[in-house]
Amino acid sequence: MAIADLNIYNLVHLQPIPPDWPGGFWWHWLFFTVVIIGFVLTMVMGVIYIERRGMGRMQSRLGPNRTGPFGLLQPVADAVKVLLKENIVPDAADKLVHWLAPVIAFAPVLMIFTVIPFENGALLADLNIGILYIVAISSVSTVGIFMAGWGSSNKYSLLGAMRNVAAIVSYEIPLVLAIVGVVLIAGSLSLNQIVVAQGIPFILLQPLGFLLFFAAGCAEINRSPFDLMEADSEIVAGFHTEYSGMKFAMFYLVEYAEAVAISAIIATLFLGGWRGPLLPPWLWFVIKVIIVFFVMVWTRTTLPRLRIDQLMAFAWKFLFPMSLLNLFITALQVLAGWPTELWWLMVMVNIAITATMVLIWSKFFFKLGRGRIEV
Amino acid sequence: MKFERYGIGIAKGLTVTIRHLFRHPTVSQYPEQRLNISRRFRGNELIWNLEKCTGCGTCAKTCPQGAIDIVTSTEMTENKYVVEKYQVDTGYCIQCGLCVEACPFEALYLSHAFECAKYRRGELVQGKEDMLETPERKVSGYFFPDKAEKLPRQTLLVEKVTEKQ
Repeated sequence: MAIADLNIYNLVHLQPIPPDWPGGFWWHWLFFTVVIIGFVLTMVMGVIYIERRGMGRMQSRLGPNRTGPFGLLQPVADAVKVLLKENIVPDAADKLVHWLAPVIAFAPVLMIFTVIPFENGALLADLNIGILYIVAISSVSTVGIFMAGWGSSNKYSLLGAMRNVAAIVSYEIPLVLAIVGVVLIAGSLSLNQIVVAQGIPFILLQPLGFLLFFAAGCAEINRSPFDLMEADSEIVAGFHTEYSGMKFAMFYLVEYAEAVAISAIIATLFLGGWRGPLLPPWLWFVIKVIIVFFVMVWTRTTLPRLRIDQLMAFAWKFLFPMSLLNLFITALQVLAGWPTELWWLMVMVNIAITATMVLIWSKFFFKLGRGRIEV
Repeated sequence: MKFERYGIGIAKGLTVTIRHLFRHPTVSQYPEQRLNISRRFRGNELIWNLEKCTGCGTCAKTCPQGAIDIVTSTEMTENKYVVEKYQVDTGYCIQCGLCVEACPFEALYLSHAFECAKYRRGELVQGKEDMLETPERKVSGYFFPDKAEKLPRQTLLVEKVTEKQ
């Protein structure tokens, strides 16, 4: 494709006005903003319920079951409790930074959802650089978290925030490289186009990419086993040690909204987004998000927390080379062309490649000295 | 080829957690569902038998906490002691059961109750009337195997785990 064609294509594509909407752009904007805020808040509540109940059952407990039927109102009760609490700001805190941090952490998470399609074409802005936009915007909430750590003037907060920054810097690379594999196959950066291109879910064509993205994504949003920044056995509560009341609620919301966002991105990139038989597309999307989140809860319950050097070693010695290899193999496959009638063969080949790669690199990972810095 | 260091441990752990997800939870919903406690449970209260007690005061002497307070007077006509005051401060009681073991006439038992929290310290003191055996205030099987046999068997958590959902 020539450069001129590319420009025209981009210009046409950037027109954000859906012609069939009465009133055009503004109605579209208003409608989807309300939908996104509602979606994020309800999903966060549902997801907190799933996490607490699911984790409880996995630990042979029942989880919260006192508030409402089956404890369904537990997130509401939690929210009311935390909102009524006193807002305490430390004397030595940097007041402005301390106040701004939760807002800065929360805004980018909502902004991620602008480019995630709920149905074919049903999204706030069908950016042609959608996934690049997500990569850019999702890192901003780290700034909010670092502000919280710095503004609290507490050693534990600062340590937690430092760990978070270190983790984000390291895990961003395998995360992006895993995305590039998907983009190569789909041939587009727009999330809607990526979903349209998924005749078969990309988890089958990119099993290694999925594993890498899942691990790096969990580390990016600091879910267990990578939750070093709020490791309560080491550094009290990490960056939100000095937060209480509504500001703490905001951070709590950010934590789960980020988990929902990563689940939504995984569902869109690897599980075929809104595609699915029988059920309406938006319901398929929600189901897939919940399935991905459930897997996150599952790994969280199972795995113990990593040490900080193990965290860094896992990023740089395992995920990073693996994602480079994944990218290389995918590029070769795309260059050779996809035999569409033999797609099941490609799926098997890819799964076999993933298994051998993981085995070989696990062996090599021990030669590299695991968490140790010197080899 | 050993797969011990190739992430097989993670897979094993994941199967364990998923099996627990479909298993019966081991907890019980306390106020509604209660487990049967041990037959020989040493409860927070003492139970005293008015007929068997001779007022010898051995229980008060053995009590390491000095929680038992007994005052007797002599009745010359029947040639025996009358217990005028018998009270236990259960706030001091450590449930060691020495008084029960020491009583030569088997007139003192530990109770089988465990919900004995009170709002005031004064309410913890058991008077004479609060120590008699009633249907609510059961006798524990501690030190009395014949009494233990009549109590219901203890519920074990193992039984709950294997129980059908």
